[in-house]
Amino acid sequence: MAPSAAPPPLSVTVRAARVAHGSEVLFDGLDVTLAAGRWTCLLGPSGVGKSTLLRLILGLETPERRDGDGETVTCSDGSPLSGRAAFMAQTDLLLPWLTALDNVDLGRRLRGAEDEGNGDAQALLDRVGLAANAGDRPATLSGGMRQRVALARTLMEDRPVVLMDEPFSALDAITRIRLQNLAAELLRDRTVLLVTHDPLEALRLGHRIHVMAGRPALLDEALEPAGMPPRNVDDRKLLEMQGDLLRRLAEASS
Amino acid sequence: MRVWRPLIILTGLIALWQAVVSLSGAPPYILPAPFEVALAWWRRADVIMEHAALTAAEILLGLALGAVFGACSALSMAYFRPARRWLLPVLVISQAVPVFALAPLLVLWFGYGIASKVAMATLIIYFPVTAAFHDGLRRTEPGWLDLARTMNASRASTLRHVRIPAALPALSSGLRVATAVAPIGAVVGEWVGSSAGLGYLMLHANARMQIDVMFAALFTLAVLAVALYFTMDTVLRRAMPWLPDSVPDTDESP
Repeated sequence: MAPSAAPPPLSVTVRAARVAHGSEVLFDGLDVTLAAGRWTCLLGPSGVGKSTLLRLILGLETPERRDGDGETVTCSDGSPLSGRAAFMAQTDLLLPWLTALDNVDLGRRLRGAEDEGNGDAQALLDRVGLAANAGDRPATLSGGMRQRVALARTLMEDRPVVLMDEPFSALDAITRIRLQNLAAELLRDRTVLLVTHDPLEALRLGHRIHVMAGRPALLDEALEPAGMPPRNVDDRKLLEMQGDLLRRLAEASS
Repeated sequence: MRVWRPLIILTGLIALWQAVVSLSGAPPYILPAPFEVALAWWRRADVIMEHAALTAAEILLGLALGAVFGACSALSMAYFRPARRWLLPVLVISQAVPVFALAPLLVLWFGYGIASKVAMATLIIYFPVTAAFHDGLRRTEPGWLDLARTMNASRASTLRHVRIPAALPALSSGLRVATAVAPIGAVVGEWVGSSAGLGYLMLHANARMQIDVMFAALFTLAVLAVALYFTMDTVLRRAMPWLPDSVPDTDESP
C-alpha cells in the first residue's frame, strides 16, 4: 500500500503571528512558511514557544489579531487549514482501552464513520511492522511500538499537512533512528513541521531547519542541508553542520 | 494462602469474641457467645433470610437508581455548561444536609414500605457517584482532547469515545464507595420506620431482649454488605481490563 497516493502538496504560511500568555508575549510578528511536500524542522531552547507555534498552526491555540490583519495561518490553495492537518505528539496519546488497531482507526470512530471497515488501518499497522499486534492494548506494547502505532494513526488521517511535536524524543537512540527512517519514508511527500530538541534529528530529516530564539521569539534564516532525507547519521558534512547548529542553539539559549 | 487467610481472620475474631465473653462473664443479654448467636441464626434462619432478602432488594434498587441518577447528572454537568452552574450547588447542598436527618421525612412521604428505604439509599449513593464521575469527566488527558479536535470530532463524539471511557475508572471508585455506604442507607431507613428488613428485625429483637437474634441479624447484614462489595469490585475489574493494578498479584507468597 502506498500512503503517498494522496492529497496534493500544500504549503502553509504563518504571517505576523502574535501569541501572548498573560502579560508574556511569546512571539510577535513571527513569519514562517512550510514548503509544500517538504519537512521543516524547528529547533530552539525549551519554553521559547515551539510547541505554541505548532499548536497555533493546528488551530489549538488562538493568535491575537489586530484590526486590518489577515488570517494568521493561510494555505497555498486559499482554503483554511483547519481539518487538513494531522497531529503527532511527544507522548503517543493512545487510548488505553482500545486495541492498537482501534487506536489507528480512532479518527473514523470519532467522526462516526465506523462502518467503513478498517482494512486500511490493518494495512497501516503492517506498514509500521505491527501487523501481529493489531489486537494488543497499548499497555502491552513497548514505547517504540506505541509510537509506531501513533505514527500509523497519523497516517490513517491521510492529511496533506502533518505537525509533529518531538515525536521521537522519548525513545532510545536506535529505536529513534529506525522510527525517523520509517516516518521519513511514509511521510515523504507531505508538508511536515517537526518540532525537535535534537539537532541531529533535524539534520537527518529536514529540508529546511529553523532555530527559534528570543522573547518575543523569531526564526532565523533556514538552514538547508544537501541531499534527500533521511540522511545517514555518519555523513561527515552532517556532523559538521551539527556543530554549527549546536553553536547557534547555545547562542539562542543564552 | 489467599483462600485460607479470610477464614483464619474470621476464626481469630470469633475466638477473640469468645474469649471476651468467657473472661468478662458478660450475661447473654449483654453479649451472647458466638455459639449462641449461631444457634439463634439456625433457629430463626427462615425469618432472618426473609428480612435479609428485603434489605438486599432495597440496597440493590437504591444502588441502581443512585448510580443511574448520579451518572446522568455527571454527564449533563460535563456536557451542558448551564447544567453545571445549576446542578453543582444543588449537589453541594444535598451533601450539606445530613441524609440521616431526612430519614423521618422520607418515611413520612414514602410510607413504611420499601420506597422510603430505596429513596434513602439512593440519596446516599447519588453524591459519591456524581462527584467521582464528574471529576473523572473533567480530568480527561488534555492531549487526547487536542488529538480529537485535530481529528474533527464533534463534542458529543469526543464525550462518547474519549471522555466517558477515560472517566470510567473514576466512576468505578464512586461506585465502590457507594456500594459500601448503600447498606447504611437502607438500614437507617428501616430503623426510622418499617415493618420488615434486617434493621427492623434488629430493633424488634433488641426490644424483646433477644440479643442473640439481634447479633444474628447484624452478622447477616455484614455478610450481605461484604458479598455485595466484592461482587461489585469483581464486576468493575472485569469491565475495565485495561486498567493497571498497582498492587501486583505476585507479591503474595505462594
